[in-house]
Amino acid sequence: MSSDVRFTDFKSDAQPTWCPGCGDFGTMNGMMKALAETGNSPDETFVVAGIGCSGKIGTYMRSYAIHGVHGRALPVGAGVKLANPDIEVMVAGGDGDGYSIGAGHFVHAVRRNVDMTYVVMDNRIYGLTKGQASPTSREDFETSTTPEGPQQPPVNPLALAFAASGTFIAQSFSTDAQRHAEIVKQAVEHDGFGFVNVFSPCVTFNDVDTYDYFRDHIVDLQDTDHDPTDYEDARSRILDPGSEYQGVLYRDEDSVPYEESHGVDADMSDIPDGAPEDAMDLVREFY
Amino acid sequence: MPADFNWAIGGEAGDGIDSTGKIFAQALSRAGRHVFTSKDFASRIRGGYTAYKVRTSVEQVQSVVDRLDVLIALTQRTIDENLDELHEGSVIIYDGERTTMQDVEIPEEMIGLDVPLKSLAEDAGGAIMRNVVALGAACAVSDFPIENLNSALEKRFGDKGAAIVENNMAAARKGRDYVRDEYDYEFGYDLECTDENYVLLNGDEAIGMGAIAGGCRFYAGYPITPATDVMEYLTGRIERYGGHVVQAEDELAAINLALGAARAGARSMTATSGPGIDLMAETFGLVATSETPLVICNVMRSGPSTGMPTKQEQGDLNAMLYGGHGEVPRFVLAPTTIAECFHKTVEAFNLAEKYQLPVYLTADLSLAVTEQTYPPEEFDMDAVEIDRGKVVDEETVGEWQDEQGRFKPHAITDDGVSPRTFPGTEGGVHMSTGLEHDELGRRTEETGMRIKQVDKRSRKVETAKEREPFEAREFGDPDAETLVISWGSNEGAMVEAMDFLKEEGIDVRFLSVPYVFPRPDLTEVIEDAEETVVVECNATGQFADLIEHDALTRVKRLNKYDGVRYKADELAERIAATLADDGGETEEATT
Repeated sequence: MSSDVRFTDFKSDAQPTWCPGCGDFGTMNGMMKALAETGNSPDETFVVAGIGCSGKIGTYMRSYAIHGVHGRALPVGAGVKLANPDIEVMVAGGDGDGYSIGAGHFVHAVRRNVDMTYVVMDNRIYGLTKGQASPTSREDFETSTTPEGPQQPPVNPLALAFAASGTFIAQSFSTDAQRHAEIVKQAVEHDGFGFVNVFSPCVTFNDVDTYDYFRDHIVDLQDTDHDPTDYEDARSRILDPGSEYQGVLYRDEDSVPYEESHGVDADMSDIPDGAPEDAMDLVREFY
Repeated sequence: MPADFNWAIGGEAGDGIDSTGKIFAQALSRAGRHVFTSKDFASRIRGGYTAYKVRTSVEQVQSVVDRLDVLIALTQRTIDENLDELHEGSVIIYDGERTTMQDVEIPEEMIGLDVPLKSLAEDAGGAIMRNVVALGAACAVSDFPIENLNSALEKRFGDKGAAIVENNMAAARKGRDYVRDEYDYEFGYDLECTDENYVLLNGDEAIGMGAIAGGCRFYAGYPITPATDVMEYLTGRIERYGGHVVQAEDELAAINLALGAARAGARSMTATSGPGIDLMAETFGLVATSETPLVICNVMRSGPSTGMPTKQEQGDLNAMLYGGHGEVPRFVLAPTTIAECFHKTVEAFNLAEKYQLPVYLTADLSLAVTEQTYPPEEFDMDAVEIDRGKVVDEETVGEWQDEQGRFKPHAITDDGVSPRTFPGTEGGVHMSTGLEHDELGRRTEETGMRIKQVDKRSRKVETAKEREPFEAREFGDPDAETLVISWGSNEGAMVEAMDFLKEEGIDVRFLSVPYVFPRPDLTEVIEDAEETVVVECNATGQFADLIEHDALTRVKRLNKYDGVRYKADELAERIAATLADDGGETEEATT
């Protein structure tokens, strides 16, 4: 790791094609800042993204990266991390990617607790397919595919993570640059699966969950007496309907990452030129 | 034909059929005899009918035959199910004290031995050992030294302590002595022992062993019959070599975990069966277009949909060759014997990394779950070679950067193979994507680059055909008029069927093809032959389609799709019938 890494080192030379004003710019900047400030370099970082606007992040960041298939970024990230625990792994996704098609993987990634960071750019809409309801859309949010609104309650991603024994559950707001970067940094530093749901407004298709809406409604946990290590306190806030918290909602200080509990510490790219020296023992087992 | 001996135990699932059969197979193997086992099981945990069959000879055996000499029947249904394999003089061991066996029907020409398995087991220390009593009885019938059975019991129960081993040995003795004392028959069997040391394993285990030997360090999978044995083998063993097994939440996660590990530089694998391949198809395209080396093992069972999960079939060939949208190169390797499962797994990892593409490694159920003895030298670890392909490090990465120092993971090369770097390599930073991309991995829809990248990926296949020995295994008389071609587990039955055919005066040239794609060009041998018969376990002849396509000629097809593997004698009969039948092009299976 080099100490002189700047967050701009994580910027690629590709020009983002996100809409002007998109929340994803701020989300990404915060991720790059968090990586640089925790002492990671692009050579030792792996970014995994799925499909959709959020999925473009691998192109705009400079690091080892993969732009995968829709909803399956988390298992890819876990595969990278387990094969080489020295690599810093950051997974980025959207609310459709993470809470709809990838909901199963989300729950299992949380409970697996591999030491990586998962940042979800939650704009409460499908942007790249031009404005359909997402799992976090409001019940009465009218879109091209839900003219009367979805008429189902939105998914509460924090509660999903909490129910799956998440060890680090946080939420941030992409345009609150310093706070957002700070929260992602804490997720990176967490020993285990660091989950950050980011309000990352879609300026083109979502006229309800706007920058103004979030500015008016966000309650920053650092302005409250919230103790993220207090399980009961975390639970009541996570399950609080209609709340829009910013900050770390829950942190398990005793978190043991998967790598540690399963004894995974080798760089698996390093293998012998032939079969292992004692490989005939594998044959002898069949006598 | 070697004088062989065929033994089986059958009952309900939950009766301990599998472990009892395995103990007997191991006892024979430890006595220096060759063994070939087969299992007949249903998709349920308890009840139903299940059997474990063991064929043994001093010479190598590699298939099953339609014949049973000794049957341990724990239920009447076991006798009924096997009637056509029992013959005059076959011995049936049963327990007349067992409620369901009191009115047992033994055909007149067979010998029924009523052995009080349960009460003898209780005398030895517990009813649970009644199957071991039966094994002892089988030793008496087959004149097989009980010391070898004891050695297998020691292996099986050694971990549980000396007392358990002693009790089991006592149970076996009681079974043997009971038959000796109560039945004054000359059964006429003599299971000769030798000093040879054989190992006994199944195809799934051979794949797992090949994976470790071949440098696989990461495995992710989701349990599915009949591929789960691969995961069970690797769990607890791969860790010794710094590797890890993840039981994923589903097949989609499994292949994505494996993909991530492969991108991080691990030799990585997932294994599944047909329904799982369908789920993995989504990510398959990403693996291929991002040029990630990955081994995807498909242990085939009867399809479609959930089909018959515990039955034999070779029906997924088209799914592996053509599955997934768009066009991407992939290799399909199909080992033809249990030993080949080991060798081809090692080869699959080398091919995946040398050509940076997904490699399907496919075994069929018969290959995967049945066991066979081999001399240990068959698995020569010193001969294992590992070729990681064009991996570049910090010293050489400069050769593959553009003028701005950016690494080109999809560089257009003459052989179609680009360089790759593992994360952590300075100067090798790049992004991989399922989108069409340029040499740097950046998304592009520019027509010229699209064509260059498609052609580059396709070129790997041509390169591999030039460099790799994608050959068939050849048996029999090269000048024979009749050519038989098969793939997968049919090889063993066919090799033995050739002996039967010879007795009928039919000479056969036999090609067993372990490479489905790329595959050897068989045009010439087909042109040289008077008649060509393609043998496979599916209804439509998917491999025959390929052969016809390559050679631009029609072949005869011998298809079996009743869920049961070919038996050597049955296959010989059906080949003879196919050849005699000039009218029809196709010999369909009877079920």
